[in-house]
Amino acid sequence: MIFENRLCKKIIKTNRPRRRLTFDVIDSNPHGRIFSMRPTHTGTMSKLKNKKRNLEENEDEQLPIFDKDGGKDGPHLDDGDEDQGDLSESEESVFSGLEESGSDSDDEEEEEEDEEDGSEEKSSDVEEDKTDRQLSAKEVIKPQTDVQNSKEKKKKKKAAGKEGGEESVVADRDSGLQISSQVDEYEHDTSDEEDIRNTVGNIPMEWYKDYPHIGYDLDGKKLFKPIRNKDELDEFLDKMENPDYWRTVQDKMTGADIRLSDEQVDLVHRLQQGKFGDVNFNEYEPAIDFFSNEVMIHPVTNRPQDKRSFIPSLIEKEKVGKLVHAIKMGWIKPRRPKETTPQYYDLWAKEDPNSILGRHKMHVPAPKMKLPGHEESYNPPPEYLMSEEERLAWEQQDPEDRKLSFLPQKFACLRAVPAYSRFIHERFERCLDLYLCPRQRKMRVNVNPEDLIPKLPKPKDLQPFPTTQSLVYRGHSSLVRSISVSPSGQWLVSGSDDCTVRFWEVSTARCLKTVEVGGAVKGVAWNPNPSICLVAVSYDDTVVLLNPGLGDRLVCTASDQLISSYEEPEEVKDQLVQWAVAEGEGHEQGHRLILKHPKAVRQVTWHGKGDYLACVMPDNGSSLQVVIHQVSKRRTQNPFRKNKGLVQCVSFHPIRPYFFVATQRYVRVYNLIKQELTKKLMANCKWISSMAIHPGGDNVICGSYDCRLAWFDLDLSTKPYKVLRHHKKALRSVAYHRHYPLFASGSDDGSVIVCHGMVYNDLLQNPLIVPVKVLKGHTITHDLGVLDVTFHPTQPWVFSSGSDGTVRLFT
Amino acid sequence: MGGLQKKKYESGSATNYISRNKARKKLSLSLADFRRLCILKGIYPHEPKHKKKVNKGSTAPRTFYLLKDIRFLLHEPIVGKFREYKIFVRKLRKAYGKAEWSGVQRMKENKPAYKLDHIIKERYPTFIDAVRDVDDALSMCFLFSTFARTGKCHVQTIQLCRRLGVEWMNYIIASRSLRKVFLSIKGIYYQAEVLGQTITWIIPYQFAHDHPTDVDYRVMATFTELYTTLLGFVNFRLYQTLNLVYPPKLDGQGEFSLKSECEEDYALESESYSEKLAALSASLARTVPSVEDEEAELDHFPAEGEDLEKMETREKMELEQNKQKKLFEGLKFFLNREVPRESLAFVIRCFGGEVSWDKSLCIGSTYDETDETITHHIVDRPTIDKQYINRYYIQPQWVYDCVNGKILLPVEEYFLGVTLPPHLSPFVEESEGDYVPPEKLKLLALQKGEKPQAEEDEEEEEEEDDEDDEEEDDQSEDEDEAEDEASLAEMEEKRAQGKSLSVKVTPGKVKPENRMRTEQEEKAEEKRLAIMMMKKREKYLYDKIMFGKKRHVREANKLAAKRKAHDDANKPDKKKKKKKC
Repeated sequence: MIFENRLCKKIIKTNRPRRRLTFDVIDSNPHGRIFSMRPTHTGTMSKLKNKKRNLEENEDEQLPIFDKDGGKDGPHLDDGDEDQGDLSESEESVFSGLEESGSDSDDEEEEEEDEEDGSEEKSSDVEEDKTDRQLSAKEVIKPQTDVQNSKEKKKKKKAAGKEGGEESVVADRDSGLQISSQVDEYEHDTSDEEDIRNTVGNIPMEWYKDYPHIGYDLDGKKLFKPIRNKDELDEFLDKMENPDYWRTVQDKMTGADIRLSDEQVDLVHRLQQGKFGDVNFNEYEPAIDFFSNEVMIHPVTNRPQDKRSFIPSLIEKEKVGKLVHAIKMGWIKPRRPKETTPQYYDLWAKEDPNSILGRHKMHVPAPKMKLPGHEESYNPPPEYLMSEEERLAWEQQDPEDRKLSFLPQKFACLRAVPAYSRFIHERFERCLDLYLCPRQRKMRVNVNPEDLIPKLPKPKDLQPFPTTQSLVYRGHSSLVRSISVSPSGQWLVSGSDDCTVRFWEVSTARCLKTVEVGGAVKGVAWNPNPSICLVAVSYDDTVVLLNPGLGDRLVCTASDQLISSYEEPEEVKDQLVQWAVAEGEGHEQGHRLILKHPKAVRQVTWHGKGDYLACVMPDNGSSLQVVIHQVSKRRTQNPFRKNKGLVQCVSFHPIRPYFFVATQRYVRVYNLIKQELTKKLMANCKWISSMAIHPGGDNVICGSYDCRLAWFDLDLSTKPYKVLRHHKKALRSVAYHRHYPLFASGSDDGSVIVCHGMVYNDLLQNPLIVPVKVLKGHTITHDLGVLDVTFHPTQPWVFSSGSDGTVRLFT
Repeated sequence: MGGLQKKKYESGSATNYISRNKARKKLSLSLADFRRLCILKGIYPHEPKHKKKVNKGSTAPRTFYLLKDIRFLLHEPIVGKFREYKIFVRKLRKAYGKAEWSGVQRMKENKPAYKLDHIIKERYPTFIDAVRDVDDALSMCFLFSTFARTGKCHVQTIQLCRRLGVEWMNYIIASRSLRKVFLSIKGIYYQAEVLGQTITWIIPYQFAHDHPTDVDYRVMATFTELYTTLLGFVNFRLYQTLNLVYPPKLDGQGEFSLKSECEEDYALESESYSEKLAALSASLARTVPSVEDEEAELDHFPAEGEDLEKMETREKMELEQNKQKKLFEGLKFFLNREVPRESLAFVIRCFGGEVSWDKSLCIGSTYDETDETITHHIVDRPTIDKQYINRYYIQPQWVYDCVNGKILLPVEEYFLGVTLPPHLSPFVEESEGDYVPPEKLKLLALQKGEKPQAEEDEEEEEEEDDEDDEEEDDQSEDEDEAEDEASLAEMEEKRAQGKSLSVKVTPGKVKPENRMRTEQEEKAEEKRLAIMMMKKREKYLYDKIMFGKKRHVREANKLAAKRKAHDDANKPDKKKKKKKC
């Protein structure tokens, strides 16, 4: 029976009656939860209850009889109460829903009571606030009920505590019912324990999955699982054959199969449909309004007033007496009205100027707000108003980026000025600035920009230097890559991309001679030896030594003789370069010697004595980048065994046997006699384009494609003594003057900058570098400006050749 | 070797600063309380010199406070009050929850309150410090006093702010220390010189505020709390320095008793006095000794009303000190009802003028519109029906322009219906190279005492000259190079031409050699060459400075050009007008 009951309850929650019900359902039992939530309550009570249960079990058989007998109230009043509730569709039925399940066990009632307890406990929590009202309600209703009845109920209330309220309400509602008095509610224990067979409690039963037993009975003996040897087939057969299969469920606690009765099944169905478990319960009962606006003529209770309501309270008297005494003694004073307006006084009556900034010296006072300018006026001068474009630009800017936080506006009169919508914002922002803005003391140095300009000697005092463009040598039809001046200073040679070499007279700008060669001329160099008249011209992979036949005829013939006097040595060595003597037409034009190189020659340069000639054949891969020719012996040698990077240009030291090789980033200085590297200069630039050596030999300037000109003092260090960035574009060439302390640099920006570069004999004094003149004249074509710069050997004149096909002389 | 290894971030700047969160934890305050404490105590974050060091190597953006500041906060009694208040709120909430109304009442009566007196004293050890910092306080109080008495903050605060603002204005009137006024589109700026400190504040125009939602009024209220306290003490002390009674009392009781009938219509009995004070039309009562002194002098001028005479004698004392203070002396103003009464009354009274308005407009009017002695009637509407002959009808801007110009400007330009001359900011002080609007030049000329009529033409010329000069200045630098080049090119061309084309020799003209010019060019070139030799860092700095200068010049040029364009566009109109006249 007990099992049945339990199961009945469990099934309530499931909605799949045809399946076997599993014990998981138990967890969804709300009362089970309550049980687990109130361990102390049950813990203390459990023993007692268990005992009671035993008793009840004994009585189990008897009680249903009474139940079945109908509404007899006599023997078990408490139950009767509930039954009445059932019959009269009491509120309890709502809570339990089990009364009408047709089971006739007392256990059921027990459980009902469990539920009641639970619900009451819940509702009591909720209804605590309402109790007052309920009580009063009861009192209102009482006149309708039997006086006796009410009295009994009161007693009951006293006895039953919380439950009383509930019961009485119920009782009040169906006031017609006679409710038996003197109910001992503990007669039947309303314990919320459910199974008394198995004492394991509300635990997941799968813990016992692997054991033969399923728990312990009250005596602590193992409850063994019923022997089940049904396999799937049996199960299936059972399913097919047993007509009651669908109403058979397994009790998890005991493992026994239980067949549900018709009533139970009916209950399950009802609950599935969302109906009340109780068949007779009418959920749409007419509501009775207890609290109407009608004033009743009779008092709600006719309870006589308490005695204490007539007699003055002694306790209160005592309290009042104490207060009076305290007032008399002046211990208690009446409350003074509070001052709402702040009181001001002379706060700085005793000023202590020493405490100024006493807190710390890091105090940074907040700067004051910026004062408004003309543009903020309501009627500003017209120039401060924004034009349409300005206004649009202003609107498109981010509010943070705006220079003005408002739009200047003009109003015809003061009357028309509206409220400024961001006024509060601005105040608020000021507040934020004051307390949130990190402050920092910034030292603002008021620099006069004039002071920053270095004090240099005036260019006037550094004269002579070229100042004006005096001559333009026109004739070339393409870029003039290279120029060179004869050692006498009378002639100028220029080589151009139009495959010609032109000879000019310096003083008249007249082209004396034009020599055509077989390719774009990359470099020309006049032999610096005044007693030899030879010009080295490089084009493609060829270097031609030309005798222009200009100037002193003696010199010309001498140089011709020098070449023709060469005698073939006995043992002919294999040379890197083919030496050939020009003949025929070439000779007529002045070609004397033709040197065929393995690679394209970019630059040619003479040694100061005029016998050696160095050629640069830039090539990243091989070690053959620089060759040195000896003209008188027609010998060629490659001074370097290793490739140290792309060679840009080379140069001989004017006095000592040094050889300068400029690669992309470094300038290496080799001692030719000792055949070793003496110095490696770091240019600090990306790509060296050109190099020139001071006639004194101790200073070098390097021009680079990244607009820098680096001046090295070889005595000082391998880093530049000074780096000048005065050109806007890449430097193409640099040159020193042979006598005057001048150097010039030509750049792609079309300008030649002449600087005064004084080198002192005193080693302690650093060179003085002063830019003295910017010479402009070349037009920029194909992004190229000045390609070569060279000084006149004796005069302070500078020649420059440009991409516009001209050579210009600045004097 | 030598001692223990030093650990990082255990000394130096890392220990001098503390992040905000750490500071908050150290003080065990909630963020809101910490914020309030910082506002009240004037603690602000510092930007450390080496942020990464202070941040212990991290570059996360943090605000840092000085550790000393935070330590200084540790012993602040107000912190205790904050905690008390927190407890109070908790208790009150509980009482509400339990519906213990008597308890609620009792607790509300014993609400913990704090005073900020000691904080004011601590933040401003000397009175001058406080006066120096009163700018923001004034602006804030004047703003709060214009709030509606609903919602945003306590009514008491608004009332207090209003009271303090009125007190301040009365003091400024009494001490005649107003210097400059500026009608901006945001509000009216006032600048006064109080005890040698220049104080500027702004009052919004009298409109209802459209309260923004993105403003934290609690922060504003906390600031106001501090500012009202500060302003109260400052006012007290200032009144003391002038021997005025604090809280301010009106002088000349007799006059007011006469007018009491109409006042009843205007305000409640309780408010009428403060309203009268706020009307700014009457002078304030002084403490006994000074009053006697002045009264002694009063006897010499028995003709006029007592009040006025007293005022006049006081003015004359200050007259010797400053001419400006008696600017409106002897002038009688009448304000029409559409002009901003309070501002005008304040300004006029600050410079010794008498002012009145319609009785129905505000309390405290001293004479009627029909008064024959009124010299200036301030109107802000295109025409007025009934005009009296012996007074000027002018627009309100005249008053403000006079104050800023420190002279009585000719009234012709401010007559009714006339297009007003621009209203210039008195706060702008043009340095050399800045753009000066022609109106300002005019004003300067007027101040020098030159006649306006003859001035105009000259001025125009001047203007133009100035503009030209400016332009030249600006462009000269840019032009120099170009000119050089141009001259070079020209010379070159000439030479080339001379050589190639004309073989015959023409009699050469003597080229007038501009020595100055060449010298200048030379100098410019020298400079340019020298700039080439500058070090990288210096060059950068120099370029930056020059860029700023050039931008400045450019802006000035732009303004000048705009003005010129505007004038050119408007010239025909003017001429037409003149012809019509």
